[in-house]
Amino acid sequence: MDIQLKRGLLDVCVLAAIKNEDSYGYKIIKDVKPYVELSESTLYTILKRLERANMLSVHTAEHEGRLRKYYHITSAGLNRIEEFKNEWKEMLSIYKFITKEDIQNEQTRVS
Amino acid sequence: MNKQEFLEKLKNGLCGLPSQDIDERLSFYSEMIDDRVEEGLTEEDAVAELGNIEEITSQILNDIPLTKIIKDKMKKKIDLPIWVIVLIIIGSPIWASILGSLLSAVISIYISFWVCIISLWAVTIALGASTFALLVCGIITIIKGNVLSGIVMLSVACIASGLSIFFDYGCKWASKGIVLLTKKIGLWIKKLFIKREDA
Repeated sequence: MDIQLKRGLLDVCVLAAIKNEDSYGYKIIKDVKPYVELSESTLYTILKRLERANMLSVHTAEHEGRLRKYYHITSAGLNRIEEFKNEWKEMLSIYKFITKEDIQNEQTRVS
Repeated sequence: MNKQEFLEKLKNGLCGLPSQDIDERLSFYSEMIDDRVEEGLTEEDAVAELGNIEEITSQILNDIPLTKIIKDKMKKKIDLPIWVIVLIIIGSPIWASILGSLLSAVISIYISFWVCIISLWAVTIALGASTFALLVCGIITIIKGNVLSGIVMLSVACIASGLSIFFDYGCKWASKGIVLLTKKIGLWIKKLFIKREDA
């Protein structure tokens, strides 16, 4: 997949992983894993970028006698997810246009 | 490799970066290992899941812009004792010119790579253009009655077009190589800066 495209996708994936409740690094990786490959160093970079863009906030809380960083989505982060959904609606209609002929061919072959 | 060894190696690999950055990375990876251990993995398995340590450090270095590394270096240089600064300034006619010439040598080597590629492309384009020109001239010559020289022109056009296709592949291949080389040089310069700090 195109690197730029994948980077944008991963950003939104991470935002989606913390959308419903605050989450921490390892849990984000586990949640995203079934859908897309995400390494620790990539996640770190993404979290930093999203924090700088004010799309998430970070707070530290104690867990089992050690500190753990939790990530909380901000309204800007939620907006980004909505924006992404709209962008992909457009993308989907373009995709339908591009694959129109394939689908028609498929249908004629079936009938 | 256990957690302590992993973090130690990571710290060494990143040494030279701003210490705040290093600490943040270390605590991030330490949390990752702890969370895996909590799930029932051994420390060794948890570290193994993170992947190859060299790859991790390379990726981290790739993510940090070179300008940031140099800027942090500059900040640290200010802490030098005054006599060192005086020496640096007095000696500047010597070391600055040496450094400048070294730098320009490296840059000129790099530029010459690109010049090679540009000339390769130029040859390709020239071959393509001459194919076209020879085709037109050949046909005109045949129409005018000079069949033999017309045929010679057409056959040379064929040769030129074949060569241009051949060169086109070569150009693309060489251009890709240069881009890869540029990335490698970037990483190498970063590592050079970090090694300096190490010594």
